[in-house]
Amino acid sequence: MTTVERADTASSAVGTPVLAVRDLSVSFTTEGGTVSAVDRVSLELAPGEIVGMVGESGCGKSVTAMSIAGLLPDSARISGSVRLEGTELVGTREPVLRRVRGKEIAYIFQEPMTSLNPVLTVGRQIGEVLRVHERMSRRAARARAVELLSLVGIPSAGKRVDNYPHQLSGGMRQRVMIAMAVACGPKVLVADEPTTALDVTVQAGILQVLRDLRDRLGTAILIITHDLGVIADIADRVVVMYAGRVVERAPVTDLFAHPHHRYTAGLLSASPTPGVHAGTQRLQEIPGLVPVLSTQPDACTFADRCPAADATCRESAPPLAAVGAAVTHHLAACWHPCPAPRTESPEATP
Amino acid sequence: MTPQPNALELEDLVMHFGPVRAVDGVSLTIPRGRVTALVGESGSGKSTVGRCVVRLEKPTAGAVRIAGTDVTHLSRRQLRRHRSDVSIVFQDPAGSLDPRMLVGEIVAEPLRLSGRRMSRRDREARIATELGKVGLRAEVARRYPHELSGGQRQRVSIARALISGPKLLIADEPTSALDVSVQASVLNLLADLQRDIGFACLFITHDLSAVEYLADDIAVMYLGQLVEKGSREQIFTRPAHPYTQALLAAAPVADPIRQRQRQPVLLGDDLPSALDPPSGCRFRTRCPLAFDRCAAEVPAQVAVGGGMAACHLVQPDGTRPDVRAAGTSEVLS
Repeated sequence: MTTVERADTASSAVGTPVLAVRDLSVSFTTEGGTVSAVDRVSLELAPGEIVGMVGESGCGKSVTAMSIAGLLPDSARISGSVRLEGTELVGTREPVLRRVRGKEIAYIFQEPMTSLNPVLTVGRQIGEVLRVHERMSRRAARARAVELLSLVGIPSAGKRVDNYPHQLSGGMRQRVMIAMAVACGPKVLVADEPTTALDVTVQAGILQVLRDLRDRLGTAILIITHDLGVIADIADRVVVMYAGRVVERAPVTDLFAHPHHRYTAGLLSASPTPGVHAGTQRLQEIPGLVPVLSTQPDACTFADRCPAADATCRESAPPLAAVGAAVTHHLAACWHPCPAPRTESPEATP
Repeated sequence: MTPQPNALELEDLVMHFGPVRAVDGVSLTIPRGRVTALVGESGSGKSTVGRCVVRLEKPTAGAVRIAGTDVTHLSRRQLRRHRSDVSIVFQDPAGSLDPRMLVGEIVAEPLRLSGRRMSRRDREARIATELGKVGLRAEVARRYPHELSGGQRQRVSIARALISGPKLLIADEPTSALDVSVQASVLNLLADLQRDIGFACLFITHDLSAVEYLADDIAVMYLGQLVEKGSREQIFTRPAHPYTQALLAAAPVADPIRQRQRQPVLLGDDLPSALDPPSGCRFRTRCPLAFDRCAAEVPAQVAVGGGMAACHLVQPDGTRPDVRAAGTSEVLS
């Protein structure tokens, strides 16, 4: 897979990555046989960078996120490499991982209520992180908890610190989760669908908090979402996943201006956007269904739903390779990438 | 000559669950064959409105008229005669389809309940026709719901809802549980069926962008009350109420260049409770434009551009506030 390596070296010119995932594969053994959830996923996160990972349910985005800090159950078989500032995490013993989690790599999840302990005040819960990882005194931890709550935009943090989770709105709870996640100043924050359970007017505020954290603390953020609007709002670079594989990787403006993979293009035109499709009668559809994950076939996983698929696509899996102008670090795994929209660029056509 | 009755008329609908004022005086009319989207965020009471229309709830006060018949106070037995006038499709097809019934039985159940007699062959032909209308093959009738994908299950729900030929379809977040690529095909299907069959539809959603294709009119709900009503065009291009404006501004557009040029409108995220709604205008605790009068006085519904908006800053001459000009109101407690 020389093409892949060459392409990856090119994109690392952006900066030394704080997190580098290489050829990560995850499979689960079930009664029905082995299920491959993630197939040779590679991605990098530079310090202070926000990378968006987008895909539909079952594409392997959450499994990828969980495997980064070893959060998957024992039934998961993981291969490949996850390096945090050069230190390998795959295969690392649990006690070492436990020091990494929360301190170096922190997580926030979709549903803040299930991640918070309902019988402890939010101050105690944030304080616990600081007491465990930073060995702070109870008093110092509480004072820091108040600071963190105001950092994530919670008004009257001095009072809110003594609230229980049920006394807070959904948006506030997610802010508490973020405060807890950044308490120890992690280098990497993994946010798995952080706004999916929230109303759209609340979502905007949460995305703003994440952006602020990146700007103020330089935290690198991997945000996982199914929502292209969220990606367009916050991500610097984008990783598009489909059926366990990365199908496209590009800087955000390049990806939206010229998606090369047919799945990305389909996803973009299937998303209703106010004002953009005004007057049109129909949304673009992607025909067919997401394939059932089993052993990954040696073929393009999107071939069955793709308008451009031919025999090649069904016989061999396309590598993730550079497309378009070299300076853009735009990669796509497609034998027949989409031509450029309107303004024709000859090298983009198959 | 009597004019054709409207598909749906809600008059001052009130639904309280004990102290929770879920719906507090909603009036809405859907003419025959038109689609109205009822848009609101979680806890706004939009689903409760839908449940009152199909009489899954008995309203506390007000009136529900379907195709000219007042169904507000009908008993279960009396309701049965009107069941074929209105149907509902729910958000989660997995939860609304009986897992022990074959798809064919599910689709035909409304016919069975209406007491209509049919030969087995006629019934099977009818099921095949209905499945065909929603883009499913006739074989699907012999499958169980768990054998189908989420999008296919939602098509089954739609077939069941339409088999009795309703004059009004309530679609309660029918695509929210589906993936983007599947969402598009279900929205297209609903739009096609609506155009071909011509039923009226109350499309309940939290997502304004999903209704731009479908809705003729849009009603925006906040904490149990309507804050704005208008044609789709008016709501998308000239929203009058600050809440409608904030909703439109908050939904990110899938275009990084446009999205990053937009001015964000950040509302405080401490949502008031329907147990104890704010005095005056219920949106005032999150509204960046709120002033003294908003706490003291419930805003009247002002007619604007063929619709209405309930805001003290909206004038009958067309003057409307601009929430984006007010900047943000991050801290509000």
